[in-house]
Amino acid sequence: MSPAVDVKTLVIDGIDVSARADQTVLEVARENNIFIPTLCHLDGLSDVGACRLCLVEVKNSPKLFPACVLKVEEGMEVTTKSDRLLHYRQTILELLFAERNHVCSVCVTNNHCELQATAQSQGLTHVRLPYRSPRLGVDASNERFVADQNRCILCTRCVRVCDEIEGAHVWDVMGRGIDSMVITDLMQPWGESSCTRCGKCVNVCPTGALFDKTKVGSDHPKYPDFVPYLNMMREGR
Amino acid sequence: MNKIKLATVWLDGCSGCHMSFLDMDERLLELSSQFNLVYSPLVDFKDYPEMVDVALVEGAISSVEDEHKIQHIRKHTTLLVAMGDCAVTGNVPAMRNPFGPLPILERAYHENVSAQPQTPSVIVPALLEKVRPVHEFVSVDLYLPGCPPAADTFFTVITELLAGRIPDVASLTRFGA
Ligand code: SF4
Ligand code: FES
Repeated sequence: MSPAVDVKTLVIDGIDVSARADQTVLEVARENNIFIPTLCHLDGLSDVGACRLCLVEVKNSPKLFPACVLKVEEGMEVTTKSDRLLHYRQTILELLFAERNHVCSVCVTNNHCELQATAQSQGLTHVRLPYRSPRLGVDASNERFVADQNRCILCTRCVRVCDEIEGAHVWDVMGRGIDSMVITDLMQPWGESSCTRCGKCVNVCPTGALFDKTKVGSDHPKYPDFVPYLNMMREGR
Repeated sequence: MNKIKLATVWLDGCSGCHMSFLDMDERLLELSSQFNLVYSPLVDFKDYPEMVDVALVEGAISSVEDEHKIQHIRKHTTLLVAMGDCAVTGNVPAMRNPFGPLPILERAYHENVSAQPQTPSVIVPALLEKVRPVHEFVSVDLYLPGCPPAADTFFTVITELLAGRIPDVASLTRFGA
């Protein structure tokens, strides 16, 4: 006899769906082809709810909830699209664009960037906030890779893949608020750090913040799909 | 039928948007029966007309001259379109913002010059402290991101505008496109 599975039924955008009790609203929505925009979530990594792009409305609550860390509940009624949500999602994207120097036209990840694509999918044609234009560094000390802080959105995917999948925990976050920065080791140059040069962080980075300098040209697609695959292999499935 | 008065303006951009506009090729002929190009780097009129129906503005606002021009254009334009990433976001011209204008002038007029290096003080307009997108100075009616927006994007957008409709730009183009 197989162990009983705890099944919950809920409603997402008016559609009745069923889910395992340990699933998140984001997982269930995607299984049912309901699109919720995300940036910090990546299949195969833990969720931290950092970007807030996946915010959804839940009936009878005035609060908004990040779908990537929201566990399903029996009878829950979730709305993933509304004017209010669009307003927040656009504002989050505008804050990201205004915070650092994302110059899409001269980025090696142009046309392969999740920030750029998400801005388009959310109908963002301009940024209403003034750009901060901070002066930020580029670390090219690694023989293979470059870290360009100008383009980092602090999603922490690099931190999580390095810790959870590679097991090296070279990346981490330093500082608070607007001064937060991803760093290698205790802020050693990347090339002098304990980096294993596996390249996982480069492939999961949603923007051009981490890129491979051994590739010529300005066309750098990313392949983050290896993460769930690696997990599956390790679990012996 | 009254032809629409169209202007195109070139501020701090590379003229790539204008090139892409011209890349509409023969479709431009088709469209041009419906508008008069009353002011543009592509034609020879020196003064901005009293009233323009649609102005496509390329480039960011980088100098005191750009600032004067955009204020004047806004006053004499019904529908102002920010054309391309420089006008919409600041884009490449705004990459000097983290450093300020001085190191740029130094680089251009001193470091890279062997004969009589000197920063011009006349004719060349003074640079603003920061390069800013058009909408930080005047109200913008339509944003057309892209570096440059593709010729197909121009064709769809201008066709829609000539028909009196506002196109859904986000379905056509994006930052960096
Ligand atoms: S470097 Fe890339 S993956 Fe790491 S936090 Fe920044 S945007 Fe995310
Ligand atoms: S994807 Fe849920 S908070 Fe980033």
